[in-house]
Amino acid sequence: MNKIKLIIWREFITRVRKPSFLIMTILGPLLIAGGVAAVTFLGLQESGPQSVLVVDVPHLFTDKLANATKPDITFHYRADDISDSAFKNSTYTLMVRMNEEVLKNNQVEIFYTKVPSQSVQNYISAEVEKVLRKEKLRINNLDENVFDQVGTPVAMKLIDIEKGDESLEQEKAAIGFFLGYIMLLFIMLYGMQVMRGVMEEKQSRIIEVLASSVRPFQLMMGKIVGIAMVGLVQFLLWIILSTALTTGVIALAKDRLVAQVSNGIPMDQPMTTETKALLQNEIAKDNADMSQGLDKVHKIIDQTPITLVIILFLFYFLCGYLLYSSFFAAIGAAVDSETDTQQFMLPAMLPLMLALFIAQMAIVNPDGPAVFWFSIVPFTSPIVMMVRIAMGNAFEHPWELILSMVLLVATFIGTTWLAGRIYRTGILMYGKKVTWKELGKWLFYKG
Amino acid sequence: MLTCENIVKRYGAFTALNGVSMDVPAGKVFGLLGPNGAGKTSLIRIITRITGPDEGRVLFDGKPMTDADVHQLGYLPEERGLYKKMKVGEQAVYLARLKGMPKAEATTRLKEWFTRWEMDGWWNKKVEELSKGMAQKVQFITTVLHNPRLLILDEPFSGFDPINAELIRSEILRLRDEGTTVMLSTHSMPSVEELCDHIALIDNAKVMLHGNVREIRKRYSTNTYRIEYKGTRVAFANALGFSGELVDTHDGEDMSVARVRLAKDTTPNTLLRQLVSGVEVNGVQEEVPRMHDIFIRVVSETAPEMVASGMTE
Repeated sequence: MNKIKLIIWREFITRVRKPSFLIMTILGPLLIAGGVAAVTFLGLQESGPQSVLVVDVPHLFTDKLANATKPDITFHYRADDISDSAFKNSTYTLMVRMNEEVLKNNQVEIFYTKVPSQSVQNYISAEVEKVLRKEKLRINNLDENVFDQVGTPVAMKLIDIEKGDESLEQEKAAIGFFLGYIMLLFIMLYGMQVMRGVMEEKQSRIIEVLASSVRPFQLMMGKIVGIAMVGLVQFLLWIILSTALTTGVIALAKDRLVAQVSNGIPMDQPMTTETKALLQNEIAKDNADMSQGLDKVHKIIDQTPITLVIILFLFYFLCGYLLYSSFFAAIGAAVDSETDTQQFMLPAMLPLMLALFIAQMAIVNPDGPAVFWFSIVPFTSPIVMMVRIAMGNAFEHPWELILSMVLLVATFIGTTWLAGRIYRTGILMYGKKVTWKELGKWLFYKG
Repeated sequence: MLTCENIVKRYGAFTALNGVSMDVPAGKVFGLLGPNGAGKTSLIRIITRITGPDEGRVLFDGKPMTDADVHQLGYLPEERGLYKKMKVGEQAVYLARLKGMPKAEATTRLKEWFTRWEMDGWWNKKVEELSKGMAQKVQFITTVLHNPRLLILDEPFSGFDPINAELIRSEILRLRDEGTTVMLSTHSMPSVEELCDHIALIDNAKVMLHGNVREIRKRYSTNTYRIEYKGTRVAFANALGFSGELVDTHDGEDMSVARVRLAKDTTPNTLLRQLVSGVEVNGVQEEVPRMHDIFIRVVSETAPEMVASGMTE
């Protein structure tokens, strides 16, 4: 037992001490946070003040497009087309062309020299829509207030009759899928490390010395557990660092947004009551959206037995990793070089890919037969069952969950045992082209 | 010290060891000889408990060997290596700890070895920074660091330069004098004659020859004597008479050398008495067969067609 601890410690410490571990640990969350930051800031980033020329061929828009909430945009109007070169040489940054039939075809063209930001595009499109709607209502002799009431969108709430509360299946399924995806990544990333580690020992020929001191099975398990610990530590650090960074980035982004809204109104322009109302409306809507989102988060947290989900996640995480990494260890032991791994890698990877595919199906239909079977079969169950766990579906069928867990444990004990037999023969076998048949024979060699 | 009893090892249809028995006496250097593919490495792997035998058993100190006994073994395999990315000191201590040695003791012992072999400053070097010869020194130290009672060396001299080979040779003798039992597998017959007290020769999965080196050489002796003399060939042949058969004779500048196979029931003394009557005898020496010749003789007797491939290293 002491020896296996020594092996685990060596596998752990030599990897954690590597510069690449530190780099990946820091770089991973930076990449994640950087991605979030890039998306957030790029979305907010304005391409500068926009001077928009509106070519109002149908004479519908002149002086009707407002810039109350986006003072960066100024609209200028003319009734007839200008040439392309005239636009290019002008100070206008954008040209919006309304065609004669715009009321019928609802089509508007925007010409640019520099692509406007998404928010500018959305703003212009919303303003044009408002004008068009007003015009259409006028043509049809409809009262605007009446229409607004008629057109109220319906907010639908899904309520489970037994629990009497709003259910957020889709959101939860997405969380489950995310967890399953992380699991897949972990299994592949660290399973490969197990394989490389075994191959390194075989290629550097230290394996024979080691094998004379410890049982091959101890050696294999020590490596698998040691690398699992590296993975868990790296993961923990990632979660801590990314949470810290992402929260920071989002907080920063929010500050900027608020600053933009409140400072955005130029003081020299007297604020009309209409603009004020509009602005307040907008802010109120934003707040409502945000509080609704927060409400959902709270509800998900309320409805989910968090501790249980975390425990189950760790359980499936570790068992799935143990199952696959013992395979990878056997592959690493069987081959002489990395190029020979290909033929054995595919069968090991296929079930993982399949699991991810089934997990996607589970989001839509968690009670389907495919999802049921693949959440029981051990090779796919860690990923598929995670979706069902996150959705709460698994807790409604406790015997399925228990069966899945028991089968997974039994299978990983079985595969580890099999892998151990291939491993102890493979590590001492050189210069032999290994086939599936050969591997089969190794299973029956006596220790 | 170590006894192998009727060991059989099969890999599928191939029999690597077929009823191998041998005794390795304590405190001696034991040579394990045999052509490539004879089963030496298979036997060593069974003794080091890397694999198990299909039949038979290994006794250590008269008791069936257990996993705990591997702490008493030091094994330097023929195909040897180290973790390339690990530092020398750390790695040696790790390997010693896997053999059950406490960390502090391993560190102290390792420092002693480093001083003795003038390797100061190697501690924090990575193995990949070492030359091949340096790495081999480290490998030898990691093999003996935990004070094994039985040292198993598979082709310890292959790849060593003459200076390092000499270092290893004297180290083997020093360890033997301190009471370590050494099991040596090698193709170098001069090393066997120089170092080994006992040998076992394995060929075709079986022990062909087993015992004390001196006795074996004696057993294979052809009763041939090398005689230096002054005088004519004719005089020599006349003096020899029926006491022996003249194998060959060479004339030197002021001395001739003849090789004589003694006739049955003739002692060297009788031969001498006969010879001195005819020629002036300057020296008589028994020709003991070299291990090299015995090896070839035994191996070619079992499988003549194997000799050519067996003798190429």
